[in-house]
Amino acid sequence: MTQLALVIDLNVCVGCHACVTSCKEWNTSGWAGPLADFNPYGPDPHGTFFNRVQTFEVGEYPNTMVVHFPKSCLHCEEPPCVPVCPTGASYKREEDGIVLVDYDKCIGCKYCSWACPYGARELDEHQKVMKKCTLCVDRIYDESLPEAERRPACVLACPTNARLFGDVHDPDSEVSVAIREQGGYALMPEWGTKPANHYLPRRRTELRIRPDELIRADNPLKKEGVPPKPPKDQPTLDETTSW
Amino acid sequence: MHPAFSVILLTTLIGVGQGLFLAIYTSQLYALARLLPMPDHQRFFALGSAVAVGFLVLGLFASFFHLGRPERAWRSAARWRTSWLSREVILLPLVVMLVAAYGLIHGLGWTRPLFVIRGALPVDASLLVGALATVAVFALFVATGMIYASIRFLREWASPLTVFNFILLGGASGFTLAAAFSAWVGSGPTRFYGTWAVILTVAGAVTRLASLYRNARLAPKSTLQSAIGVRHPRIRQITQGAMGRTFNNREFFHGASPRTIAAVRWFFLLAVFAIPVALLATAYVLSSVWIPAAAFAVQYAGLVAERWYFFADARHPQNLYYQQVA
Ligand code: SF4
Ligand code: SF4
Repeated sequence: MTQLALVIDLNVCVGCHACVTSCKEWNTSGWAGPLADFNPYGPDPHGTFFNRVQTFEVGEYPNTMVVHFPKSCLHCEEPPCVPVCPTGASYKREEDGIVLVDYDKCIGCKYCSWACPYGARELDEHQKVMKKCTLCVDRIYDESLPEAERRPACVLACPTNARLFGDVHDPDSEVSVAIREQGGYALMPEWGTKPANHYLPRRRTELRIRPDELIRADNPLKKEGVPPKPPKDQPTLDETTSW
Repeated sequence: MHPAFSVILLTTLIGVGQGLFLAIYTSQLYALARLLPMPDHQRFFALGSAVAVGFLVLGLFASFFHLGRPERAWRSAARWRTSWLSREVILLPLVVMLVAAYGLIHGLGWTRPLFVIRGALPVDASLLVGALATVAVFALFVATGMIYASIRFLREWASPLTVFNFILLGGASGFTLAAAFSAWVGSGPTRFYGTWAVILTVAGAVTRLASLYRNARLAPKSTLQSAIGVRHPRIRQITQGAMGRTFNNREFFHGASPRTIAAVRWFFLLAVFAIPVALLATAYVLSSVWIPAAAFAVQYAGLVAERWYFFADARHPQNLYYQQVA
């Protein structure tokens, strides 16, 4: 079985919001109607987004690290948001594991958003239905696009390549390898929702050098230090003579 | 959670309607067992059922304001196999219909016994429909409670106490209304209703205080560490990724100060439990039609506050991601 998902590398993400804007651009102009904004250029602008980049500070000054944290629906393998939906508008696709909302069936009761611990769903105030990341389901299968572009808009937009996309059930896919080899983890594992999306941790790149590695101890005849000067009647350390 | 008035009204109003029906039907059963005199209650039962239906329909009406797309509400009966909300949507109209049928049977006087069990227990149509309605009423209480109790992320709600509170508080307010109503129209076993109203109110106080006690000691299961997957005791959000307000800021935060919350708690503890019990007790001594009516009015106002508090009390794990608008 296929389970499409994103893997987001927090070590690479610079918090530029390119994924946010490209997601908004693609999904507001798609077949499913706009992702409404209110007052976009006035005071108090607000609207619906599938994806938000948040920023956290870890540690205390001066020992701090900034973590940029893109957040969208994690397409959980045990999605708690699906069974609670009274209309069946929320569903998980058998064929690729994408969790979707049927905007024509949704009654906007918001119950599913209560049942998502990640706050991944937002009610569209214009259409009055629940919205969330679709993994660009209207683009990843579009055969009129070149093969390389059949990926979610956010993945294509990311300038640092922090977002990987693929099948996390295929052990040899790029995403599975990344999760396996770079410590990929799931958010809030305590709830047993089994998010399909994974995150790769922040890793400080450090050069570890021990003090004794700074002093050359291997060849006493090389440049540093004073070369030994044994007396003439004694053999030298190597085949050369020091006098 | 943000307390939504449509849902507060829905749950309190249908609770009253369900409780009022249970009160009426219980008194019919008592009269049948000759534990209560059986005067001419027919008209009273019919009127009382009409009032119960009124409360249920008002609640149903209020619920539509909660929906973004009320015109599609019929679709919500589809997933009764998995969704408690869907089950409630099916049960509520069923309860309305059964209670209305029960009232109609009394109103039209179709209460000639259909058959007599062992020569002692005359069974009429109202008894049968009433029994069905009672089952439906309890199923509806459970469905309404489980809507909240089944969301495991809201740990303040995810407890059997939630369901007991819905049953007992709904029942208490219904019996109080039955006492007020029968005192008002001057027929019906007012004292019987009053006594049960006090019993249910005290039982409700026990379960509600138990849930307050439980919730005050609940440690959140999710932390910022598990939310973003960084192991460090000091993590602070710098920005939630949006300058404007979002759905997540509105739906999951109540925005009230701790002082307001505490004030609401004290108000509902007095108005739902202490004051109605005191008023119903006084009503035993002074037989005024106003005192039970006042008891119901105070208790209902208290229940609105109680439900508000119920929402404000619940802390959603998603709030960890929405700490800092910047
Ligand atoms: S992240 Fe939330 S909305 Fe997405 S599948 Fe999981 S529970 Fe459902
Ligand atoms: S808001 Fe829509 S998708 Fe969510 S539970 Fe209600 S009907 Fe289902």
